[in-house]
Amino acid sequence: MIRFDHVSFRYDERWVVRDLDVHVVEGELLVVVGPTGSGKSTVLKLINGLVPHFSGGDVAGDVLVEGRSVMGSSPVELADLVGFVGQDPASSFVAETVEDEIAYAMENLGVAPAAMRRRVEDALDLMSLHDVRSRSVRSLSGGQQQRVAIAAVLASSPAILVLDEPTSALDPGAAEEVLSSLTRLVHDVGLTVVMAEHRLERVLPFADRVLLLDGAGGATIGEPAQVMAASPLAPPLIELGRLAGWEPLPVTVRQARRQSGGISGLLGDAAPPRGVDPAGRVVAKVEDLTVAYGDLKALDRVSATFTTGTVTALMGRNGSGKSTLLGTIAGLLGPTSGVVEVSGQAPRQISAEDRICLVGLVPQDPGLLLYAQEVADECRTADLEHHLTPGTTSGLLGVIADGIDPLRHPKDLSEGQRLSLALSVVLAPRPLVVLLDEPTRGLDYQAKRALCAQIRMLRDSGTAVVMASHDVELVAMVADRVVVLAGGEVIADGATRDVVCHTPAFAPQVAKVLSPQAWLTVDEVATALQEVRR
Amino acid sequence: MRDDSRPHAAAWWLWAAGLAVAALRTTNPLILLVLGAVVACVTVARLPDDQARRTMRSFVVLAALVVSLRLVLQVLVGQRLPGHVLFSLPSVSLPDWARGVSIGGPVTVESLLVALVGGLRLAVVLVAFGAANALSSARELLRSLPPVAHEAAVAVTVALSFVPELFASVARVRDARMLRGRPSRGLAGIRGITVPVLEDALEHSVTLAASMGARGFGRRAARPSVGRHLLTVGAALLGSILLLLGGYGSLAGSSPLPAPLAMAILGVALLILSTMTSARRAIRTRYRPAPFGLRSVVCGLSGWAPVGAGIVLDAVDPGATAWTPSPLVWPSVSPLLLMGTLLALLPLAVAPAPRHARAPGRRREVVA
Repeated sequence: MIRFDHVSFRYDERWVVRDLDVHVVEGELLVVVGPTGSGKSTVLKLINGLVPHFSGGDVAGDVLVEGRSVMGSSPVELADLVGFVGQDPASSFVAETVEDEIAYAMENLGVAPAAMRRRVEDALDLMSLHDVRSRSVRSLSGGQQQRVAIAAVLASSPAILVLDEPTSALDPGAAEEVLSSLTRLVHDVGLTVVMAEHRLERVLPFADRVLLLDGAGGATIGEPAQVMAASPLAPPLIELGRLAGWEPLPVTVRQARRQSGGISGLLGDAAPPRGVDPAGRVVAKVEDLTVAYGDLKALDRVSATFTTGTVTALMGRNGSGKSTLLGTIAGLLGPTSGVVEVSGQAPRQISAEDRICLVGLVPQDPGLLLYAQEVADECRTADLEHHLTPGTTSGLLGVIADGIDPLRHPKDLSEGQRLSLALSVVLAPRPLVVLLDEPTRGLDYQAKRALCAQIRMLRDSGTAVVMASHDVELVAMVADRVVVLAGGEVIADGATRDVVCHTPAFAPQVAKVLSPQAWLTVDEVATALQEVRR
Repeated sequence: MRDDSRPHAAAWWLWAAGLAVAALRTTNPLILLVLGAVVACVTVARLPDDQARRTMRSFVVLAALVVSLRLVLQVLVGQRLPGHVLFSLPSVSLPDWARGVSIGGPVTVESLLVALVGGLRLAVVLVAFGAANALSSARELLRSLPPVAHEAAVAVTVALSFVPELFASVARVRDARMLRGRPSRGLAGIRGITVPVLEDALEHSVTLAASMGARGFGRRAARPSVGRHLLTVGAALLGSILLLLGGYGSLAGSSPLPAPLAMAILGVALLILSTMTSARRAIRTRYRPAPFGLRSVVCGLSGWAPVGAGIVLDAVDPGATAWTPSPLVWPSVSPLLLMGTLLALLPLAVAPAPRHARAPGRRREVVA
């Protein structure tokens, strides 16, 4: 189906792929895995020719898609064979309504009107979009937009579907839904799917094979369990398997549960640790907070308090009001009714300059906070703006993330490095409350671990951290308390262990394997095992 | 589901264009008022949603502004027509080279009426344009353009969606500046916002181009022969020029061009020929093309009834559609012209009333 025939790709002087020789067979679901910046997107774009035809760079070798040479044809010519869904679906929309967007590719390909009509209905059904069929694509939630983008390429019935991080913007439920629709297509009509993804815990159960890129041009391909055995990137399930010495490594929670008898025996009566009750002082609170856009209530009479030295995670579906709550605490939005207070003052009443000394927000795209041409320059400007002693911000950056070249352009940094830089800029004036909006988007496991360390550091220095996240594993690792929002209302608020372990959507993998015992992370289990062995 | 019983978008634009042309052909204030009332009636009764209502409202406000501006300018610096003086403003005597322009001086009823009629004509054109916009989206119209204009139509569609995108981008960048405690107003604020927004727009357009390419935008059947290509392009060009000149000639009344109506018709014929030759080349098909049925034909043509009545009236009795305020007499309206104008109300009978059963705005989710 797809044959990478000794493909090498170089951008400037850096090898992204070197002598890649892989054959993807029909009806296979291949997951491309690798650290950030290892060239996952490049490998995907090689399949329909967006690389090199849209990007430039040096290519050697060729990719053959059903016998057609990609180097010899343009993406336009391959459009009937390969469907491509990029990282940011919202910026790929051409038409106004959902129906027209889905029909767009078929119109270009000259599909007969009667067939087109039927296939649009099929695509709407497959991605559960019939409720929103005549709505504007721009008015949809992130999860719905992702589903529209997939439906739009599926409708033209390509033989191959290529997806770049299809679940990174989705809440756990929506991600599950998208992935199972894809699996159904793979099983039922023999669609070949190639996707790149950072959140391995979500996609591994569905993968037939995994292509692991090492970031230096090398690649390994094989069965998920076999590739994961030696992978530097591993989801909690694999780490748990390694810890317990399971052979072969479990890829699904079900496999792991079958093998977990061993580890439960080893753990014996060791109980999961109880979180210490945080005894901080309240630095931010909302009371009966309602925020409405027009006649739609994004938040509906929400009350919550945030204390020093606590990490609070906001969870909930796409569009449940998490970002709105963060925006209101940060003073970007005013409340429609109710009270918002940060250290006793309404954030909208404070000047922007003074506000950032109380509350700092890192938005979903941390790059938005960065303006300068160089990292060093960015740090210097931050010092000047906040009247800090020169070197404060760059010192902070050194503590948070070591070894970032101060002469690089912020746009050239990896996602993780860019997040660290944005974080140090926000932290420089020492705000009492730090808000993080979806901080793990685009981060690999190593970067995520580094972020966890940074968050713990903040908590220990007495900062109140509030983060909105879909990433259940991140929440399990660092959050002390979880607030679940649904439809703008608080539906659960409590210690992480109590809230997440009892809902399948929010439970981390370790909790699912070892339930009914409420273990959250591999580290907890490892510590307990050491105790037991001693 | 889309409602296919509504008239085609092009029908609404045709209807509105007819009314606008009728307004430009007459100087009779009563007929102008009737035309305005016809547009208002149909629009109010057939507006599809709240968004359309807002569009219409802004055009009505604009039209009112135009009329009042016209009157104010007339009072201050307008042409001085002799007649019944209402009041006098202190006048400024201008040097010889500025003859023809007068500031202040006596303001006559006649001059005010001339300005009012001029303003009314423009106002009716504006309101008709607003009605076409409100009753059918420009996007719907673009979707039904012939294949020869497809690429241009896509460019316009993308540009249309770019505007809300741009607003969202500005809001995002402004929020980010606030998070850094930087000013978002004033000169520094504007500069700080412009650069990231432009970067954003550039990245967006590159992604969009890749997405459109990957979905087969611009796929072609075999290349056409040079002769056929020239025929297509040439016919389109010549047709447009003829239509433009002929249209101008027949509107302007006294024109040096021979047989303006024949020229316009020949232009339309050439455009149709060009469309047909180009259609053979594109492999594109269309999803659920809106049917241009009997309803649409009736709706579109009814807008031209006032023009037709005017032309007939002028042929029988030259100058009957015009009115001048000197001598100052109440304008008379010929029954034929009035009937023709009222025929433009036909859409009320053929176009179904919009369904207001569900308000889509209520169920919107926020992209938080």
